[in-house]
Amino acid sequence: MSEILLGASPPSAEAIESAWRRVQLARHPQRPRTLDLVALIFDDFAELHGDRSFRDDPAIVGGPALLDGKAVMVIGHQKGKDTESNILRNFGSPYPEGFRKAQRLMILADKLGLPLITFLDTAGAFPGPAAEERGQAEAIASSIKLMTGLQVPIVVVIIGEGGSGGALAIGVGDEVLALENATYAVISPEGCAAILWRAPEAAPTAAAAMRMTAADQLELGVIDGVIDEPGEGAHDDHARTATAVKEAILASLGRITRLETEALLTTRYARLRGIGLVRETEIASAQLPREPSLRRRIGRLLRLPGVPRRPRWSEIWPSGEDADNNEEGA
Amino acid sequence: MQIKLPFSRRREVTPETWTVCPSCESQIFNRQLERNLRVCPTCGHHFRMGIGQRIELLLDDGSFVEHDAGLESGDPLGFHDQKPYVDRLEASRIKTGLREAAVWGIGTIDGQRVAIGLFDFHFMGGSMGSVVGEKLARCFEAALAERIPVIVVSASGGARMQEGTLSLLQLAKTTAPLTHLDAAGIPFFSILTDPTTGGVLASFASLGDVILAEPKALIGFAGARVASGTVGEDLPEGFQSAESLLEHGFVDDIVPRAELRTTLSRLLRLLPVAPAEDGWQTTGETRGWGPIGVLSGMAERFGTAVSETIGIEVEKPPAREEER
Repeated sequence: MSEILLGASPPSAEAIESAWRRVQLARHPQRPRTLDLVALIFDDFAELHGDRSFRDDPAIVGGPALLDGKAVMVIGHQKGKDTESNILRNFGSPYPEGFRKAQRLMILADKLGLPLITFLDTAGAFPGPAAEERGQAEAIASSIKLMTGLQVPIVVVIIGEGGSGGALAIGVGDEVLALENATYAVISPEGCAAILWRAPEAAPTAAAAMRMTAADQLELGVIDGVIDEPGEGAHDDHARTATAVKEAILASLGRITRLETEALLTTRYARLRGIGLVRETEIASAQLPREPSLRRRIGRLLRLPGVPRRPRWSEIWPSGEDADNNEEGA
Repeated sequence: MQIKLPFSRRREVTPETWTVCPSCESQIFNRQLERNLRVCPTCGHHFRMGIGQRIELLLDDGSFVEHDAGLESGDPLGFHDQKPYVDRLEASRIKTGLREAAVWGIGTIDGQRVAIGLFDFHFMGGSMGSVVGEKLARCFEAALAERIPVIVVSASGGARMQEGTLSLLQLAKTTAPLTHLDAAGIPFFSILTDPTTGGVLASFASLGDVILAEPKALIGFAGARVASGTVGEDLPEGFQSAESLLEHGFVDDIVPRAELRTTLSRLLRLLPVAPAEDGWQTTGETRGWGPIGVLSGMAERFGTAVSETIGIEVEKPPAREEER
């Protein structure tokens, strides 16, 4: 990834407007959801339910499907279409059991050698007390870990909102694609605005600053391809959107199924390892001076003047006050 | 001007000589607080601890060698909220003396060699961006290469928003090496301190073979501001505490700070690295009793230049074959 030197400046009004328009398109109520696309893309699909431990989470759907006659495993976030179905689906925000169901299906795909295709469309994993008690963080973490080591090809398609850890939990892939008006972000623009601007109304500005549109994500090297949407956006024409997504998935699978398992895993690891901007300065390692000379040791023992004390790490890194309690991070 | 007498103890008088405990409101002399490992002597409240003190707490004296000390963050998004990201980084560097929110290195605990990664919450909330993720990944990879156990002491608000999805993907970057540690039989000890939330908890920190937490530490997936905004209900008291995680089965034990080092030392003995299978070469510093071992030991002792001005020895890296 090249170092982007825009010079840090607040996003322009134009950039804010454009980013916010995409955020709203990604959240459009008529946008095709996972099950809409699955019905249009695959020849057959059998939804499997439950995490075999606690319950079935309707915010994540999944099961085996046929893609042009070949068996694959499909997993995706599922939002509702109206208030009633949104309540059932928890607005597409999974509980830990949703991610555990996904893991169960991933393990099945791995066992049978089925390529995995995932659809990302969530504002984020559900943050409530019940989710915490059942280990939301652990569920996401173990799901990510499982995906990094799956021995089958994985294609990820961001179809709507790619919301933070809840999206990444089923979003580690060999190729990651996004629809043109999909977004991908480390935190919702509202959350980012609340923390960094301390004003929820700054959400559009936060959306632009985080560069969460598909085009930006492609530039940053986080995703590998953008799928064009028909007309005003995917909500205009579900069938044409599905055709475009299907073509993109087939093309991706064509590229990655050619790799041997070992090459596939090495490439996946290298892809993840290479993400981010890291500057390497010329210092390699640092340590406290080892054994001081005898003169010094005696000097220190007797506290002679001019003999420096042996430094301590806590003096080199003198942090430790609890003064600030700012919440920085997502 | 301060007059320094020979043979006198050097005393540093700080402007604030005492601290009020936020838990029991008792007043603690700062020096007493430091001596008591930043734990309130009255109620046992654990104050946050910097990386330097944590190293002194856990590792054998003088054994720690920091690796990849020179890694620095860039500004990949050109991020600017109320302040530019680069200014926030600079302010944190000045405040803490650190270059980034995490440090990794190799040291010993009762003579047992370990790779260790540590977070400092005072550096931008201990948030994980590209560099923190890189350091953690290198820490895990070094443990794998040397076949030594790995410990990470977390204190983080989560992924760093100023690097956007590049920070989010650090969750995967830091988690991916753990699969290799599993295959190689290398134990990973995760220590959760106040606070460990968000993306750090939703990645490697929740995946330790053994997970220990400090008493009353705030540990949770969603920060309070995000949770109350989304859930829109009153959040119960203490649902994100170390004690709640222990009750629900997500941490192995809660260990008071004074016992952390002995607990780790015991666990390192109880859960040793698996014997190397064929194909796994033990690299690392296996120094024998032969002449080469003794000579290299002497070279280590006398050969390095000491840079007294900053108090630490720094070493330049060998030329890298590939530029990242």
